[in-house]
Amino acid sequence: MLEYDSRRRTSPLVAEFTELVRYRHLLVQLVSRNIKTRYKRSLLGIAWTMLHPLLMMAVLAIVFSGLFRFSIDHYAIYLLSALVLWQFFSQTTSAVMSELGWGGSLLTQIYVPPAVFAISALGTGLINLLLSLVPLALIAVATGVAITPSWLFLPIPIALIAMFALGIGLFLSRLAVFFGDVVQIYQVVLTAWMYLTPIIYPLAIIPDEYRAWFYLNPIYPLLEVFRTPIYAGTLPDLTMLGAATLVSSVTLLIGWWYFARNADEFAYRL
Amino acid sequence: MNSRIVSERSSADGSASGSSNTVIQLDQVSVRYRVPRERIVSFKEYAIRTLQRRVSHDEFWALRDVSLEVRRGEVFGIIGRNGAGKSTLLKVVARVLRPTRGRVRVWGRVAPLLQVGAAFHSELSGRENVFLNGALLGYTHADVARQFEEIVDFAELWDFIDAPLRTYSSGMVARLGFAVATATQPEVLIVDEVLGVGDERFREKCQARMSQFSEGGTTILLVAHSTPLVREMCTRAAWLDHGVLKALGDVDEVANGYQGAD
Repeated sequence: MLEYDSRRRTSPLVAEFTELVRYRHLLVQLVSRNIKTRYKRSLLGIAWTMLHPLLMMAVLAIVFSGLFRFSIDHYAIYLLSALVLWQFFSQTTSAVMSELGWGGSLLTQIYVPPAVFAISALGTGLINLLLSLVPLALIAVATGVAITPSWLFLPIPIALIAMFALGIGLFLSRLAVFFGDVVQIYQVVLTAWMYLTPIIYPLAIIPDEYRAWFYLNPIYPLLEVFRTPIYAGTLPDLTMLGAATLVSSVTLLIGWWYFARNADEFAYRL
Repeated sequence: MNSRIVSERSSADGSASGSSNTVIQLDQVSVRYRVPRERIVSFKEYAIRTLQRRVSHDEFWALRDVSLEVRRGEVFGIIGRNGAGKSTLLKVVARVLRPTRGRVRVWGRVAPLLQVGAAFHSELSGRENVFLNGALLGYTHADVARQFEEIVDFAELWDFIDAPLRTYSSGMVARLGFAVATATQPEVLIVDEVLGVGDERFREKCQARMSQFSEGGTTILLVAHSTPLVREMCTRAAWLDHGVLKALGDVDEVANGYQGAD
């Protein structure tokens, strides 16, 4: 039975995907490894996922609601809902890069679809995101924000941000194979990006003449679509949802294309 | 288009006439690495050099027009000096590298023996690592669970199986790695000088298992620096020198030629 023929090749975009399906067991193993090793030597274990946003929130809420007088109700939830999403995005994109770094030594010895390492980082991030929704809901209740049925809409924005993060992560990890300093540059970019996104401040404090620039931030619609059901208790408006869908689909397509197009090249360059 | 199909079919016929037992077939395989003349590792540097048009690559052919066939159940040795292209040849067979030119075909599942510890995670226990390693080799959880007892028996690690891997000695890691990779009989087993680790007794155990596999029809590709090992284990061998196939055939003839040239 002919198992492998170097000349027989389907489009790499499709091939990478079918191989992923074939290696789904590995995906499960990698995600469970990530979760286990993250908490293995820690006293509080999985509780850290819950505690981390709580502590972050406490610090930021005190600092920002005390220092700047944003005229914004329920600032804690306004901030925390965005922060949870931002944490997911920044951690997942960085984790995709480091996972591929770990997988790199393997990719030169054994065939594994490279994307499996990226998807496992995404899966780990999603589990952490879902876990951090628990303290978010607790704080919402504690600070008097009603939990409405609009929370049931959350899987859609989560799926969208996951697509976006995967697209960015794939693109960057492909670059990081060639250039070691992509990881460092990206950390700087992330910090700047966070402050340019209305996470800790409302968009309303931005003067009108600059506000158009904020709409160009690709993560802004994703953030709004996620935050509105939690903070405002309503469904996001359709324009925002459309923009978010467009941004995440295009990003994922570009990232996947750039990554899979040269999937063969990984072993050559690592 | 038509002519291409015809020519492919005729070449397939040509090879099939050798034997229907072919497991690995390399047809004029060449592998080219592109090595940047100066190693550029940072994006900043790359941007500057691109602007100055100073990015240049050296081409390096790790394999040139290598054609060979390995049949079912053979223990096939690959000898040659450092940098002769031995590991590249294994990578081409293991599907890790796609050849720049030529064609590689493999009939059956290839199980590579990974470098010691490459697929392991030091914080996980031996047990968890067995499952992780198995998944990397393409097994399902249920597959590994079925083989689990036998894997640990073979590695002789029952006392440590739930301890984190960072507490293992390198010999223990090597034993576990070998046990997982050879838990089920693959069609092709790739062994890249990993038998140097572990103690004498375990090495003999590994060799015994490899012989048993080969009797059961597994093809083994063995790379070694030491010609005695190749002579002892292999029936046929290939000698690579600077990516070119120097000799191919009976192990003693090839090994004599290699040692004569040294």
